[in-house]
Amino acid sequence: MADTPTIEATADHPAEHAPLPGRARRRGRPPVGRYALRLVVIAYLFLLVAWPLYLVAQNTFKDGFDDLSAILDDPDTVHALRLTLTIAVTSVIINTVFGVGISFLLVRYRFPGKRLLNAVLDVPLSVSPIVVGLALILVYGGRDGWFGPTLEDAGLQVIFATPGMILATTFIALPLMIREVVPVLEEVGDEQEQAARSLGANAVQTFRRITLPAIKWGVVYGVVLSLARALGEFGAVKVVSGNVSGDTRTATLVVEEKYLNFDRGGAYATAFLLALVAVACIVVVSLIRPKDPKEKR
Amino acid sequence: MSIEITNVNKRFGDFVALDDVSVSIPTGQLTALLGPSGGGKSTLLRIIGGLEQADTGRVVIEGVDATGLPPQKRNVGFVFQHYAAFKHLSVRRNVAFGLEIRKRPKAEIRSRVDELLALVHLEQFAERLPSQLSGGQRQRMALARALAIEPTVLLLDEPFGALDAKVRRELRDWLRRLHDEVHVSTVFVTHDQEEALEVADEIVVINEGRIEQIGSPDDLYDRPANDFVMSFLGPVTQLGDRLVRPHDLQLHSGDPAAGDISGQIARINRIGFEIRVDVATTGEPSQAVVVTLTRNEFRALGLDVGAAVNIRLAPESHTTLAPPAQPTPADTAKSLASSH
Repeated sequence: MADTPTIEATADHPAEHAPLPGRARRRGRPPVGRYALRLVVIAYLFLLVAWPLYLVAQNTFKDGFDDLSAILDDPDTVHALRLTLTIAVTSVIINTVFGVGISFLLVRYRFPGKRLLNAVLDVPLSVSPIVVGLALILVYGGRDGWFGPTLEDAGLQVIFATPGMILATTFIALPLMIREVVPVLEEVGDEQEQAARSLGANAVQTFRRITLPAIKWGVVYGVVLSLARALGEFGAVKVVSGNVSGDTRTATLVVEEKYLNFDRGGAYATAFLLALVAVACIVVVSLIRPKDPKEKR
Repeated sequence: MSIEITNVNKRFGDFVALDDVSVSIPTGQLTALLGPSGGGKSTLLRIIGGLEQADTGRVVIEGVDATGLPPQKRNVGFVFQHYAAFKHLSVRRNVAFGLEIRKRPKAEIRSRVDELLALVHLEQFAERLPSQLSGGQRQRMALARALAIEPTVLLLDEPFGALDAKVRRELRDWLRRLHDEVHVSTVFVTHDQEEALEVADEIVVINEGRIEQIGSPDDLYDRPANDFVMSFLGPVTQLGDRLVRPHDLQLHSGDPAAGDISGQIARINRIGFEIRVDVATTGEPSQAVVVTLTRNEFRALGLDVGAAVNIRLAPESHTTLAPPAQPTPADTAKSLASSH
């Protein structure tokens, strides 16, 4: 190991080198400042994230498991939870396939309009979801949308039905996969792919055997983030769903409905379930992810 | 001839990487593509391997026109400067990759990989991941991986460039011995003239997208075609308007014979067994000529700084015409100042 060149070390583990100047700077600072800084961060996260989320959980279990079992016994709420799950999983699958594809295109190829494409990909993050919903109705609306009547004649209703909700959710979560995968693809580089090609692998074999394992963790994070985002989508879905209880009402819409109807217990219980799934995803991934950055890829 | 390259051109935007290059690379030999960075040698290698497409021109490998073939159909082994190890696969799976792609029977893959690992002395590391190997070991693994597919030609792109000097030297010797064992036609790219002179059977010198000279190491060192090859392959000093190797010059302190140039010793430098003497020639303008001697030769002369000496060119030494003098930064500054 003595002859491991330094070039390799910097290329593989930039993280090991990056904190050095920071560490040196911190050593010179009096500990009081460091503790104060930590306290501010902890207080900030506590007041903004931890405490409100905890209160949701506390309100859910105020009467033991009564509220939870009540919503799980209500067929309309169960239908909403199922619908949310269907929409989320479908949109994550679509986003994974297209997200990885687009990332590959962005990183490995040069083509005119690449910068424009890159900028357009951030639009879903910057545009309000409710605008997305309205825009989708203008295109796919069954009565006077641009493309909707054609689809409806062919027997496919998009707006006020599951396809429209999947479309809206996919749109909203589109950049998350790409923003996770692009930096990983860039860091891995294309030498391994070239080596695989020279050893006789075709494009599909190279992607499956070499590229995909190399970007695995980027994709897993992308899936988790998209899933969490898709489960929680509210605005765009509210516009395109029609919000019919037991039919096109998703879990987030149930939360709003119950809250407005003074069924606080039911609202908190449903909200708790939504948050639980999202947090569970993130926790599971951080547990199974290899600890050593060296093993990451 | 194993590789025939005819009239290959390659541009990257405005930059001309290869300018109408034609070269034949012989079968079964170790050929070096030698030249300064950015001279086009790596581009030529990547075009042979199919990792880059030539704008115009033809590439024929062992009689097969490979110009339009994708890399996976060329049956070439490619070794990269930074190893390009498959990081998620063990050493064994790395080496087996090409054979698995070719769907060879499991038992055959196993025995072939064992054989190759023995060849590159990595038997005991078969189950390790590349991240657990040193740089030199990774490059040997990459070589075994490239050899596994029994390539028609083996292409190595600065194979030892990322290694430290000692390992580089070891691997260089080892590559030479390996080639004597395996005999696959091999082309390697290097910017290190010592590496090329030591390892290669034939050297192709490439500079600014053009081939400067092709020949054996002895040819190139003793009979360089021009001043670029002369100064790229070894030390040079200028005597009059000729470039000369400093070790082809002799000093004596007697009366100047015809053709001798006289001067005065300006500096004496000892580098190990070698003595470097800087001589300032008399006459206008004065030249600083470097002469290298062995320690014993220099002792026999009994000279010191300030002594008057005569410089003589050893018989049968090769010289080339020196390139026109480059303007020094001081000249440039002067001309800039006068233009304002």
